[in-house]
Amino acid sequence: MRRSSTRRSGQQNPTASANSTPVDLYRSASSKAIIKELERIDHLFQSYVDKSSGMIDPEGIEQLCSDVEVDHTDVRILMLAWKMKAEKQGYFTLEEWRRGLKALRADTIGKLKKALSELEKEVSKPPNFLDFYSYAFRYCLTEEKQKSIDIESICELLVIVLGSQYMPQVNSFVAYLKTQNDYKVINMDQWMGFLRFCQEANFPSLDNYDPDEAWPLILDNYVEWMREKQSLHQRRTLPKLLWIST
Amino acid sequence: MCIKGEKPFTASLIPWIPSSFPHSPTSQKPQSSRKARLTNSFMDCTMNLPLLKITTSDEEGCAYLSEKIHKLTTIIEDPSGLSFSTAECVDAYTLVFDLCTKRGPYEEVSQPVYDHYKKLLEEYIELIVFPSLKKEDGVLFLREFVMRRVNYNVMVRWLLRIFEYIDRHFVPRNKLPTLEEVASTLFCDKVFDEFKCKAKDVVITLIEQEREGEQIDHGLIKQVLTIFLEVGGVNNMKPYEDDFEAHLLENITSYYSKKASSHIYIDSCTKYMLMAEECLKGEKSRASHYLHSSSIDKLLEKIQHELLLVNVNQLLEKKQSGLQVMLQDGKHLERMFNIFSNITEGLDTVAMLFEKHVTKVGMALVKEVENATSDEQGFIRKVIKLNDKYTGYVKNCFMDNALLAKALKQAFEIFCNKSIAGISMPELLATSCDNILKKGGGYEKLGDGDMEEMLEKVVMLLTYVNQKDIFAEFYRKKLASRLLFDGRAGDDREMFILSKLKQQWGSEFTFKMEGMVMDSRLAREGQENFENYLVENLPGKSQISMKATILTRAFWPTYKPSDLHIPAEMRNSIEVFTKFYESKNHRKLTWIFSLGTCKMVGRFRSKAIRLRVTTSQAIALLLFNTSDRLSYQGIKSHLNLTDEDVTRLLHSLSCAKYKILNKEPNTMTISSTDIFEFNAMFTSRMRKIEIPLPLVEEEKKEVLEDVNKDRRYTIDASLVRIMKSQKTLDYQQLVMECEDLLNRRFKPDIKAIKERIETLIELEFLARDGDDPKTIVYVS
Repeated sequence: MRRSSTRRSGQQNPTASANSTPVDLYRSASSKAIIKELERIDHLFQSYVDKSSGMIDPEGIEQLCSDVEVDHTDVRILMLAWKMKAEKQGYFTLEEWRRGLKALRADTIGKLKKALSELEKEVSKPPNFLDFYSYAFRYCLTEEKQKSIDIESICELLVIVLGSQYMPQVNSFVAYLKTQNDYKVINMDQWMGFLRFCQEANFPSLDNYDPDEAWPLILDNYVEWMREKQSLHQRRTLPKLLWIST
Repeated sequence: MCIKGEKPFTASLIPWIPSSFPHSPTSQKPQSSRKARLTNSFMDCTMNLPLLKITTSDEEGCAYLSEKIHKLTTIIEDPSGLSFSTAECVDAYTLVFDLCTKRGPYEEVSQPVYDHYKKLLEEYIELIVFPSLKKEDGVLFLREFVMRRVNYNVMVRWLLRIFEYIDRHFVPRNKLPTLEEVASTLFCDKVFDEFKCKAKDVVITLIEQEREGEQIDHGLIKQVLTIFLEVGGVNNMKPYEDDFEAHLLENITSYYSKKASSHIYIDSCTKYMLMAEECLKGEKSRASHYLHSSSIDKLLEKIQHELLLVNVNQLLEKKQSGLQVMLQDGKHLERMFNIFSNITEGLDTVAMLFEKHVTKVGMALVKEVENATSDEQGFIRKVIKLNDKYTGYVKNCFMDNALLAKALKQAFEIFCNKSIAGISMPELLATSCDNILKKGGGYEKLGDGDMEEMLEKVVMLLTYVNQKDIFAEFYRKKLASRLLFDGRAGDDREMFILSKLKQQWGSEFTFKMEGMVMDSRLAREGQENFENYLVENLPGKSQISMKATILTRAFWPTYKPSDLHIPAEMRNSIEVFTKFYESKNHRKLTWIFSLGTCKMVGRFRSKAIRLRVTTSQAIALLLFNTSDRLSYQGIKSHLNLTDEDVTRLLHSLSCAKYKILNKEPNTMTISSTDIFEFNAMFTSRMRKIEIPLPLVEEEKKEVLEDVNKDRRYTIDASLVRIMKSQKTLDYQQLVMECEDLLNRRFKPDIKAIKERIETLIELEFLARDGDDPKTIVYVS
């Protein structure tokens, strides 16, 4: 009895140690790698940081852009900011920098460059895009308690964020925004409304646009403007067609 | 089976049933005595059958039965001849019994007898019923038809007795139709189906004849229709409905459609309605004599449809006598309502035309004002008259019918929301109230009762107006001037109309107005206190006597404080009052000089005249106490007012009715280079004169601006109130509920509501739902 029990216990011990050691080894190895990665990320941060403020400032960002060979108005930089959850436009704090680059698993410029194109794919997935789209608006609110953005900046932002997906809608809407006088700024609700408009309304026919579907008023007005323009266009072209047919 | 129909014949034809007849269905003998008699009768039977052997064959038996039936037939055809004795009946019954039981109780031998029964009836129908029915036509045919039916029933009754044994044992055992059912099916299939068309045609011809005024036999038709009703069995109306009623309705439809089209062009509307009324009444009373009760309504509906509904537009739109004329004259409206109120959809057209007519009349009044053949206040009087007239019709002639009342309301809403020669209806109504209430509005001679009635009617018209808040705003402006400038304005009357308004649209609507009346009442009481204060604190000091009215800012319309330069003697009084007021209250006083009036004495060469002027006019006139001639610029710098105000003011003093000031050059307009001088030569027949200062034109615009601002708050309040109770709500529903809530005060623009929702989202009172942007969530 005793023998068997000791044997049993003897058997147990080595298995336990054999089980535990590789896990620990793995853990320590991965944590070591992580620490190293973090160090490299921090190191990278140091190469762009503005020493006095402790943050990467607009100048640093421009430097970063040229290093990854991307224009500073490129949507990918905005996506990087989204990934970092950067709060203040034109600045990255160390914490934000770590958060973003860790998530992208990029600790060198080369890796970051590659990660940026991966990021573009990630953002294009629907729920991510919605989040990114609303982030883009919030990112542009620079003042305390600011809730809306002036028309001019909105037009630029629309081109950057939606330009690749909904070019015709963006162009037409920007044209409207620049001719109208009712609105000087755009708020979050109107901003989000336009994305829904791009996703749901047939363009350019707008035949399924129903003003009863909780659209922000600015879109009602925009659609009205569009329809007027279209009917005017038709009226103008009609005599010509008649003339040709005769 | 019907007993009624055969009554005339029963006495002689119903078989005499021996009291001993076994299981006679009509036997009313008490059950207890039956057993004894039963055995007795069986003994009788066997004794009375010397001719028949128990071993009678089927053929022989059937032949015997056929012979008996032939005899029966003859008797039924001619009751005076032979008679069918009890013995014969009992014999026949026994024979059937024997035929069915001869091979013992367990062997089925009844089928041939059952078939024979059927055959006998078929033969009866073929040989007797058919020929006699085919022979006759018209009314005679109907009589024959009824009689054949009765005879057939009698025949069947005899046979039922004779074949009763079959019904008792063979039928239930084999679940076959009973003998009675067989008989009625045979009648239905053979006789009824063959002759129903003929019968129907004759009946309809008769009904047509009656419609043209001839006398017809109602009893006969009723009997024939009873056959139609009964032939399908209990509770089966199908033969009646399909084979008769449908045809009758068709006939009626075509008759009345013809009648309608021949009358509609010739008759006047009233004559036509009388005709229709008569037709309906006549048809109803005729139908009640012979038709089944369920048919009468269908019949009347058809007639109403053909006579009235089909032609309703043509009828009521008749130029000389249609609805328009009836409404104008107020005649025949009750008759028209009664006729059409019974028809489904009938009133729809009446309501539609009624609405059209009232709208037309109303719009004509609007046109009158536009063409300047009537003034605005005359218009209001006419609209009130119109409203009285038509509400009277709805109440007295149309029994307060909801459909017509709604039509009236809609019609009034159409033209009461038009702008009348550039002035909106709410403003007109406010002016109208003002004229009634103010001094010099032309209504002074009215007694209290009449005036209250007038006011009530104006308030009535307001129910048709969508933008009630505009009325409220204008009303407050007018009320302010009544309270401030019109010393005599009766508080009672003001309170009366306010109570009317409150009744209709709630205290929210009149809250500010009531506050205004209250302020002016308090000011009168406050004046006494002020005078006492003067006596106590500043005895002996002479100064200009002054009355101040404290206006609660929230109640009164907004007024711009002006930078009018106040001369020292007035400033002194103001300071005294301010001190007095501040000793009791801690509110800040803002002086509105533009609402002030002054009484002053002008010492003209001929006589002194009392002048009633505004504060700014008074100050301008006081300047001439110290200098004889003043330039425009001099006056302007003294008063510290805008060019516009100065021009207006000087115009009222030098170019209007009373020329207190002489102007150089003496033209009718003011320019900045003019020189003014006190007109000592001025005189007037009156000892007291009032010099009005024309109001600024902008006022109307201001009122509308105020209304718009107010509306924004009201919409916000409604939205928040709805969302606070609902928490989450569909966007579209929110807009609709808000619209409903606001409708009492004004008809909101959907865009305005949407705009306010967006503002509230921006201010984070509301938010869009994360998953569904069409849903709004309340953020607490």
